[in-house]
Parts: sequence; C-alpha cells; structure tokens
Amino acid sequence: MASLGERIAAAGVLVGDGALGTLLLERALQPGQAPEAVTRDHPEILTDIAGQYLAAGADIVETNTFGASPLKLALTGLDAHVGSLNRDAVRITRDAVGGRCLIAASVGPCGGLLEPYGELSTDEVYRSFRTQLEHLLAERIDAVFVETMIDLTEATLAVRAAKDLDPHVPVAAMMTFDPSPRGFHTVMGISIAQAASGLAEAGADLVGSNCGNGVEQMVEIADEFRQHTTLPLVIQPNAGLPKTRDGQIVYDEKPEQFAKGAEALARLGVSVIGGCCGTTPEHVRAIRAMLDRTAPSRH
Amino acid sequence: MDDRLTALADAVIAGRYAEAAELTRTVIDAGVAPKMILDDGLIAGMNVVGERFGAHEIFLPDVLLAAKAMYAGMDLLQPLLEARGIASRGKIVLGTVRGDLHDIGKNLVGIMLRGAGFEVIDLGHDVAPERMVEVARDEGAIIIGMSALLTTTMPVMREVVDRLREARLDADVKTLVGGAPVTEEFANQIGADAYAYDAANAVEVVKRLSDTR
Repeated sequence: MASLGERIAAAGVLVGDGALGTLLLERALQPGQAPEAVTRDHPEILTDIAGQYLAAGADIVETNTFGASPLKLALTGLDAHVGSLNRDAVRITRDAVGGRCLIAASVGPCGGLLEPYGELSTDEVYRSFRTQLEHLLAERIDAVFVETMIDLTEATLAVRAAKDLDPHVPVAAMMTFDPSPRGFHTVMGISIAQAASGLAEAGADLVGSNCGNGVEQMVEIADEFRQHTTLPLVIQPNAGLPKTRDGQIVYDEKPEQFAKGAEALARLGVSVIGGCCGTTPEHVRAIRAMLDRTAPSRH
Repeated sequence: MDDRLTALADAVIAGRYAEAAELTRTVIDAGVAPKMILDDGLIAGMNVVGERFGAHEIFLPDVLLAAKAMYAGMDLLQPLLEARGIASRGKIVLGTVRGDLHDIGKNLVGIMLRGAGFEVIDLGHDVAPERMVEVARDEGAIIIGMSALLTTTMPVMREVVDRLREARLDADVKTLVGGAPVTEEFANQIGADAYAYDAANAVEVVKRLSDTR
C-alpha cells in the first residue's frame, strides 16, 4: 500500500477513524480501568470497531495505544505489560483491516506534568515515549499519531522519540485547544502559532488538533494553523461538546452536521479529517460520503 | 503595608519559589505574625494569581509555579500557625470521582482554595464515593468538591450527594461539582449544592457556601 505521504498527495484528503475510547466505555470498560486493558481482555471488540471504521470508509485506523506509554500505564498498574499491550494492539488492528487501510499508532499524554510544573523530568518522559514507540515500530505501522497534547514540550518529546527510532515514519502531532478571550490556547497556554512551529521543529510531518472542540470550532483552529504552517494538517474534532440530557450524556453533533464542518475543513486544505470523542462509524461514513460527493470540485 | 510582605506576594505571583521560601523565613525570623505573613504575603499573592488566571491573563503553568512558591512559604509557616491555634477558613475534601483519572482541573481548584486560606484534603483521583463521605465526616470538612472529565463518571457524583443525605451529613457538608462535561443543570439534577465552571469560580463559590453555613 502507498505510504501516508503518497496517499495524501494522491487523494488530497484522507479520512481518519472516529472515537475509540467512547465506544470502549460503552462496551467493555469497567470504571477505573484503562482502555488498554481491552487489548488484553477483549481483543474481539477492537477487531470489531476497526472493522466498522474500515467499512465506514476510513483510510486510516488508529491502534488502542493512546495511554500505552509506561508512565501512563503505571497509573493503573499495567506498566509491566507495555510490550504486549502495544504490540498486540497493532496486530489486532492489522488483522482486522487486512491491508485495506493505513494503521496509525496512537500516542497520548504521559499523564503527569513536566518539571518545573510537576515532578517528571524531560528525560523520564522521553524514555517512556521511546519505550512505547519501540514496541509500536517493531510491528508494522504506517504512521504515529501523537494526540491530545496540552504541553508542547511533552508533544515534542513524543515526536522526537518516534523520529529518533525511525526518521522515515510519518508522525502527526495534535494538540487540544480551548477557546479563550485571547484566542485558542491549550490548558498549558500554548497558542496555535507556538504549536505549529514547535511541532514542526521537532520533526512532525503533519500538525493539527484533536479533541476538546466540536467541528465548527475546529474549522477556526484549522484556519489558524494554515496561517502558521505549510505542513499538511490533521484535524479530529469531537462530535460537539458533551451535554447532559435527562441525566444521560450526549454528544449531539449528528453525522450530517459533522460532515458539513468536515467539508469546510477540506476546503481549507486539511489533509486528514477524522473524529475524536463521541464520533462513530456513522460520522466517518458521513465524511466519506461528503468527500466522494465533493471530490470532483476539488481537483 | 510591610514592604517585605509585598515582596513575598510578588515572589508568589512571579512563581519564584526559592525566593518565596527565603522571604518567608526572613519575615518569620523578624517576628512578623504568622497570620499576617499568610494573609498579606502568600494569600495576597495567590489572590492576584487567581484573578489574572480568571481573566485569562495568565495560563496554568504560571499558576502552578505560583502555587509552588506559595507552598514553599506555607511549609515554613504551617507549624507556627498550628502552634498558635490559628484555624484555616475550613476544610475542603477534594477528589476526582471514581473511574476518572483526569485531575489537572481538580489540582488547580486545590491550589486556588489553599491560596484563599482553606485547608484542602486532596484525595487524588479515582476516589470512591464512600471514601469522600467518610473523610469529610472524620475530618469535619465543610465542603466536598468533586470533578469529572469523563462523562461516564458523572453519575458517581450523584452517589456522593445521596450518601451524604443518607448519612444525614448534608446540612454540615456541602457539595460542589465541576469538570468539563459538568453543568449547572447537571448539578441541580443530582441535588449538589453548587457548581463551579472553573477554578477561580470554585473559590468564589466555596467562600459563599462557607459563609452561608
């Protein structure tokens, strides 16, 4: 199969997958349990979800490894299983999609704060990401998706660890922004301009944002990224922000509405459009349908 | 006001923790009353930090450094305050509810509350409802503050509220809820006493709750 870069060059826009965590919470997770435990306990659920996203038209499916760095796994006592949790997650996804789409290895935050704000040293955090990535890269993956980062230093450590291990592996780096009267910033105060330049400097091949915002605000975020970088963009919005209705939690951006926002993202030249919390195979199907419908006008 | 206390407040605001410890030591040695050092130095500094954070003038890293500076001074001051029997403004039990590992927001609330003169008992993340209620009862806390970032863990907040009522502690211990997916509407639905939309707001709400008890 063609590489991520070749696929982007050929297709213009690639479709990512939707939420994994939300679906795992619905189907398998016990309170307090790490999503990575599903890799060990219920691999068939991961196989099923990957198959659903593939069938919905995803070009890229992510692995269940968002929290599979040793530091993060240690919070739930799973750090001894770092090797199997990362390797098996890739294998399960690979077997499920059978070469019909690309596989991106998900790498999320380490779960602690770096010095001087917290207790973790940069060396410790780098080594944690490096250990996770050694296992991920030992299996065949097509890209690394560094996601949901709020600390730029931490994000760059993950990007560097991937590139140090394999300079050729495509790395996408995404941060999570909140709107504020001073514009979009991460919780740690990183602006989009800072993220764009810092992530590029660390060696990221794609930059962008996931989580924290519905698709409409993500259009604004993508627009601002576009002003600060020429790198391909990757954007994975939530299906709106979670709300409570009759005591139930709902993400209420419906697939059609989501696809409208995705169309705006495509017009901005975003290269990879997927979904984060609350998005489903139906959202992915809607993005796919929108792209298929509008594709001629973009070429 | 004492210039040295203004300098201490400034060190807290700027997050210069070594300097904050040094200045606290200096004023203690000079015989300044511990309560005054606390109020006019450490808390005065954190008040400014809280206001600036609430106004989006500064971000979390600045708050974390300021907190580090406040704690550096507080560590020296605490034994003196206790020896003089100077009570805090009240004890607050904080925790991220069971099944939720996100706790930056909750930590921030703890920092701001300590900075406002409350005693904070932080139970950390993934705290069972029964534990929150037990600790609040045993410690004589006035408020339980709970945060959730995962929507699936929000129902656990209701459990804490219900357990307090069953234990007939709800008149003495008020409940405050927050976190990204939590809303005022949700707080009302589960019968919590109050909702706070961010850490600075949590301090205002806690002050109001503690005054009206």
